[in-house]
This record gives sequence, structure tokens and C-alpha cells, in this order.
Amino acid sequence: MNTFSRWLGDRLVLILGLLVLLYMFVPIFVVILMSFNAPGARNSYTFNGFTLDNWLNVCEPFQLCSSLRTSIEIGLLATLGATILGTLMAFAMVRHRFRGRSSANLFVFLPMATPEIVMGSSLLALFVNAGFAGALGFGTILISHILFCLSFVVVTVKARLSGLDPRLEQAAADLYANEWQTFWRVSFPLVFPGILAAALLSFSLSFDDFIITNLNAGQEVTFPMFVWGANQRGIPPQINVIGTIMFFIALLVVVLGEMASRRRAGR
Amino acid sequence: MGTDLQLTSVTKRFGAFTAVDDLDLTVPQGSFFALLGPSGCGKTTTLRMVAGLEEPTTGTIMLGEDDITRLKPYKRPVNTVFQSYALFPHLTIGDNVAFGLKRQGKKDVAAKVTEMLALVELEHLAKRRPGQLSGGQQQRVALARALINQPQVLLLDEPLGALDLKLRRQMQLELKSIQTEVGLTFVHVTHDQEEAMTMADTVAVMNEGRIEQLGPPEELYEAPATTFVANFLGQSNLVSGSVAGARGDVIDLDVQGTRVVADKARARVTSGEVWAGVRPEKVYLSSAGHDDGSGVNTLSDGVVSDVSFVGVSTQYLVRMAWGQELTVFEQNTGARERFRAGDKVDLHWRPEHTFLLDASQDASAGVEREDA
Amino acid sequence: MSAAGHISSLGPAEAQLDGPPDPEGQKRGWAGYLLLLPGGLWLLLFFVVPTVTLVATSLYDPAGSLQLGYQMTWHWQNYVDALQDYGPQFVRSLIYASIATIACILLGFPLAYAIAFKAGRYKNLMLVAVIAPFFTSFLIRTLSWQYILGDNEPLVSLLRTLHILGPDGYLLATPFAVVTGLTYNFLPFMVLPLYASLEKIDPRLIEAGADLYASPITTFRTVTLRLAMPGLVAGTLLTFIPAAGDYINSELLGNPQTRMVGNEIQDLFGAGDYPTAAALSVTLMSAIVLLVFLYVRRAGTEELV
Repeated sequence: MNTFSRWLGDRLVLILGLLVLLYMFVPIFVVILMSFNAPGARNSYTFNGFTLDNWLNVCEPFQLCSSLRTSIEIGLLATLGATILGTLMAFAMVRHRFRGRSSANLFVFLPMATPEIVMGSSLLALFVNAGFAGALGFGTILISHILFCLSFVVVTVKARLSGLDPRLEQAAADLYANEWQTFWRVSFPLVFPGILAAALLSFSLSFDDFIITNLNAGQEVTFPMFVWGANQRGIPPQINVIGTIMFFIALLVVVLGEMASRRRAGR
Repeated sequence: MGTDLQLTSVTKRFGAFTAVDDLDLTVPQGSFFALLGPSGCGKTTTLRMVAGLEEPTTGTIMLGEDDITRLKPYKRPVNTVFQSYALFPHLTIGDNVAFGLKRQGKKDVAAKVTEMLALVELEHLAKRRPGQLSGGQQQRVALARALINQPQVLLLDEPLGALDLKLRRQMQLELKSIQTEVGLTFVHVTHDQEEAMTMADTVAVMNEGRIEQLGPPEELYEAPATTFVANFLGQSNLVSGSVAGARGDVIDLDVQGTRVVADKARARVTSGEVWAGVRPEKVYLSSAGHDDGSGVNTLSDGVVSDVSFVGVSTQYLVRMAWGQELTVFEQNTGARERFRAGDKVDLHWRPEHTFLLDASQDASAGVEREDA
Repeated sequence: MSAAGHISSLGPAEAQLDGPPDPEGQKRGWAGYLLLLPGGLWLLLFFVVPTVTLVATSLYDPAGSLQLGYQMTWHWQNYVDALQDYGPQFVRSLIYASIATIACILLGFPLAYAIAFKAGRYKNLMLVAVIAPFFTSFLIRTLSWQYILGDNEPLVSLLRTLHILGPDGYLLATPFAVVTGLTYNFLPFMVLPLYASLEKIDPRLIEAGADLYASPITTFRTVTLRLAMPGLVAGTLLTFIPAAGDYINSELLGNPQTRMVGNEIQDLFGAGDYPTAAALSVTLMSAIVLLVFLYVRRAGTEELV
């Protein structure tokens, strides 16, 4: 009895943890299953039978693929913008001495601590007050996405950069590399994993955002907005195909990233 | 004078803290120079100013005829072996070593790299990355990466600090022989007094941003100029006394009621109150009352309070009548009497081994703390 | 990828190098300001200025409209009206967010603890598993809870058979469903910071606790929980703040009686009542700032930012 309770005590936490993980995956299983669901009654979330039709006709529902395209475009541009701005800021905050450090830190942290609905309404208030109420659309979405991705980029790149021994950059300067060469030959390659992680995070944040986008989109329709609208009209099963594809792409990227970092560590 | 390295009234402040205080220093071309001192004494800051990684608050740094005080690090013919090496983890050993030559746009880089790696016996590891090398190998790569540029001055910042004791001894000898072979000026920063004495021809002992004493290791050891040097470089017994008179080359002292003789050559003060110092290994013991020859200094009536056997020698602590405990190292030659705790003993040493220091200094300055 | 890299960078800081004065490697001069400038301007222009504009909008005369324009009349009455009309939704938001946060702690702690101390060589695999589901769209995941909690689906049938739910009992369109959705959606924001904190704890500290006559429970309370505090505080904020402002879960999994403040703000903007919407938004932000301030002070963690 004693040995059994010990065994259980040792593994109880692990078992609980695995159960929680399972809980996190339940909706994913549902999404994958429903992507093969044959069309039936109005509610597409009742399993009617197996079919591949949804996979073969992904773009069939009106606006699905065009909204997907819009989301990808905004995601890429927002990622580019936020990654560049955020990386520059992270370098300044870790490697340069300047006045108002702690307020700069707070300044970067605050957007992450602001509920999306508040950030979205502030931006809308600004755009409307500035007379852009009629011009809401791709541009205003992009501005807002760069904004909320920016803080995450700064934090991610900063974490990587803080772990980097400043002596490496000093060694480069000591070995006749000027500031430019030091950056491109030493700092950048070593911080790159952090920048890449920040970019991927930005893309997924941008791609997935609904609340802020919905307030500032005007007539533009992003993929999450399409899903939202579909919920009112009846959900096409193709949405679950997209969900499944997103899951597997993300999984692939995570696994590749893990393998790359393992290979680096192994060297 | 060729390309001596010369620092003139160099001061470096970080806010209110003065790291280096009005330092004057000349390092002759081709010498192996050590900056020795405890943590925070300013030795690393001095080195970083020579490398160009810090700018002096005031003062000038000259290399030969050139003022390099405000020159960017990549514009000075000075290279550094960093503490913990700072090898580029994303480059191979070969690319690490080639880095400096490539930035300067030199030719025949590959051949020079092979040659340099051969000098440090690592040519078979050129394709590896730093993470795959042992500490000693990384140390050699760092050295090769700096040396290949043939700098006028090579700076070494605690280069052996990360190695274990045995490897460190071996690398000390290797570094010394490489320096002799290439004939460059080496400036070596360390807190390890043994390392400094083994390798350098000139040692500067630094404390609180200033140089306490500068000279060949032997001179620093035998004739320390301050209590800090006496204690930081090896150990010393410092007993308070006063000068009773001088005759010819010698000075007579009154040390706790006993007459003690010192050489003028090792006296930093020649009158008034003094610290009379003697190194523990210069002292030998005899049973109390047994005169052990004439012409030597003798302090009588000590009681052995502690005996530690350390193999090559036996270390005694002897409590004197005035309460002070003195340290004595006796070589274990087998020819000398062994004592136990509680034995009454007399202490003897030759007059020329006495050194005299200004009594206004703290007698415990520079004593190594337990964590050092 | 992203989050995985982020987590590993949150791991134990690389060994600090010794040797004074510590070469921080920080440069002085104007280059730093130049690097800060573009991002700083973006934050100023699109975060600070809009926040000020939002506060201003909340004080406009509500009689105006988008077409006719608004007048600044310092109309504080907007706040009174907003709280009178939407007080219940407001309180409900804070309650739902609190329950969801507590649920996240209860679910997230064992998981984070298991990954940090019990997963062995499967640590990275488990971390990937925590993150991976969350790259499927937030909305799609929430919609799939519509199915899981649906009236005629396996879960409800099972609970009815077990008599946990009555024969007409249901889960979807209840407060329970909304809180379940909130908990599910923000769980990783609890697990990841908790893991980062727990992972830094030297297991020998826990052994030392046992060695010094502490029972496992005492050790957990005095050593593990204490040291996990920064992660717990960060996780709580990262869960509570977005949950309090969320309206997706309430809309997709709730009913008209589970509407949260986010739903109302969104609808008010949609209906063109900008001053009231802005007043409600500012109130929400103020309440959150106040709660966070009190909580952080109580938890005594200063190293959050």
C-alpha cells in the first residue's frame, strides 16, 4: 500500500498534467474530425458522415479564400514592420544607455497589458477623430497589428539579446570589425533565433486577431472576421479544413524550430 | 624606444566611483607585463582602456608615437584575449581565428590560419565549433585569434581563470614560451599572484585604482613597498617596532623590547614607528633558550599554538608574549627539530630578510579573504 | 517556434560573468535614441495618442454622431449612464474573468509543474504540445466548443446518463460554457510563465526543505510556491486582463444573460454611440489598472516589467 501511494504520489502530478494537455487538444480533435464532415443540416457541428469534399473545395464558400489572402497579406506586412521596429528597440534597450530606461520598459509593456477591446476602441477613436472614419480598412488594420505585435517582438528579442555576452561584440570590435560589420557578422546571427521567434509570434498574433481588427476594419474582411460572420449564417465545414491546416503548419514549424535549436546545441 | 605602451595620468570614473586613479605606467616593447590585484582594483578597467573598450575620463594612452586614447577598438593595433574567451559560437575555430585578418582585408588568410593553429597545436580542430572544445583548447583558440593579427600589444584578461589548477600551470608555461617565441608585448591582468610571478618579467600590483608597487617579481616579493604588497603577494609577519638608530648599512630596531637588525636596502622608512616585516619561510624555530647562532634576529618566548603539516613544509603559528600570532614555514628536510602545540620556542631570521614599512599603514591591507 | 523559442529564452539566465567592473557592454550616445525612435514613435502615435483620444471621446456630447461630428462638452454623465446601463455586464466580466483565472491556475499549475519537474526528456515535447493547439484560430477553437458542449453531443449525453445533468440539462449557452471557453483560451498564458518560474527552481531546494523537517505540503507552500510567485503573478495578469475584455466566448458560447462588457463596447461602437462606448472602455481599463496595481502590491512582486 505504502509503495503504491508512493508510486502514485510520484506520478500524480504528471498524470494530472497529461490530462490537462489532453483537455487542450480536445477542440483540435473536433476541428480535424469536422473537417471531414459531410454536409447535413444547418449545424455543421453534427457529424453526418465522412467526406473529402471539404478538403477538395476549400475555396467554395464565398469570401473564405479572399479573406484568408487578406489575413496572410496583413500578417506578413505586420510581421515585417513589427519585427524591424521591435528589433531596433530591443537593441537600444539592451545595448545602449539612455535616459528614461524604466519608463521605456513600461511603455513597451503597457500595450501587452491592455485588453484588446480597449486598444481597439482607442485606435478607432483616433481614426474617427482624425477624420478617417470612411477610410478604415487594410491600412488601419495594418497599423493596429504592427502596434500590438511590436511589444511582443521587443520582449522576445530582448530576452535573446540579454543572454548574449557583450564580450562577443567587444571581441569583434577588438578584431578590427567596425560597428556595421560587428552587427552583421556577430550580433545579428547570434540574435537571429530570437528575431525569427518574434516574427513567427507576430504573424500568428496578427493572423488570429479578431477583436481589434473587427473595430478598425471598415469594409475589409480578414479570415477571423469571415469565421465570425459565418457563425451568424451557418458555419461552412471548410473552416475546419483551414483550422486543421493551420494546426499542422504550426506544428511543423514548432518541430522544425526545435530540431534546429537541438542541432545548434549539439554542435 | 620603439613602441612602448605609455599611460599618462589616466583616470577613469564610473559615476561617483573612481576605478582608475591618476595612473602612470610604461610597458616596454617586448615585455611580459602583469597587472596584479584583487577584484575591483581597476586592473581590468585599465586593460579595457588600452583595448579601446572604455574611454579614460582624463589622461592619455600612447603606443609608441601614436596617441590612441580616443581611437575606436578596431582601429588600434592591440588585441585581447578575453576572460572566458568570447569565442564566436556560430563560427568554426578556423573562422574565429581568421576573423581579424578578414576584417583587415589581408591576403593568404587560410595559410596564416593554418600556421597559427599549428602554433597552438589545434590544426585538426579547425572545422569544429567552440562549443565542442575543452576549456584549455578554447583558451588556445582565443590566443590564436588574437595573435594572428600580430598586434603591437596583446592584452590578456584573466585568460586562465576558467581553467582548473593543473591545466592552468601548464598553460602558464605555454603562454610564457609563446611570448618568448613571438616577442610581442603582453599585458596580462590577473588576481592570481603565483600566475603573475611565474609568467611576467614585470609585475605591477594595483589596489583601489592605483599602482602600489611595480618591478620584477623577485623584488616585489623580497622588498615590498607597502603592507598591501607584503600581504597580497605571499604572506608576511608584520610586527610593530621603532627605529633605535642606524649604523652603516643597517638599522637597529626596538621590536616589542627586543633588538632587531634590518638592512637599509629594504627599509622604506628609516626613523620613527615602523612595521618590521619578515616572510614566514625566512623564519626558523628553536627550543626556547637554545641560542641558534649569532648575527641573526631572535624573538624569544613564543608558544606554538598550531601546527599544520602540508607535505613539503610544516606551518607553525606561534603566539608571542605581546599576543600576536606569527607564522613560520619550516621545510621538511628532516634535519630540523619538529615542534608540537604548546612547545616554547624562539624565532630566528637573518637581518637582511627584514623589511621596514611605514607604520601609518593598515597591517592587514591586502590579506586574502577566505573567498579569494 | 515562436513561443517555444520564447520559453527557452525565459529559462535560467546564462551564467553571469565575473570580474569588475562588470562590462555591461552598453554604449552611450545618440545611437540608442535613434534606434528607439521609429518604434517609440509608433507607440506614441498609435498607443498613447489613441488612449488620450479615447478618454476625450468618452467626454463628448452623446447627442453627436459620426456624420454630424462630436462636441467636446466634458460630459461626465456618459460614465454615469454607461455604468447605470451596463453595470451588470461590467461586474459579470470581472467575475467571469476571475473564475476563469482561478480555473487556469488550478489546471495550469499541475501541468507546468509536471513539465518542469516530471517530464524528463519529454519536456520540450510537452511544451510544444501546450503551444501547438493555440495556433489554430481562436475563433475556430471556440466554435469547436460549441460542438463539445452541444445539447445532443456525447458530453451532455454522458452527463445526463450519469445524472449529473437533469434529463433536460444542457451546457451550451450557459455561464459555465462561457467560463469554460475563457479558461480554455487563456490557459497557455498561465502555463508558460508558471513553467518559466518553476523551471528555474533548483530541485535541491525542495530536497533541502525535506531535509530540514518540512512535510511535502509545507515544502510546497514555503519553497515551491514562493519561488513560483513571479510566474503566478505574470500568469494571472496575462489570463485575467484579456479574459475581462473578451466577448468572443460570451457571444459564441453564452446567451443574452451572459453578455460581458466587451460585447457592449463592441455593439455600442457598431451602433455609432461612440461617447458611451469610450466611457465604458475607459472604465474597464481603469478597473483593470486598479486591480492589477492592488494585486501586484499584494503579491509583492516588483520584477514584472
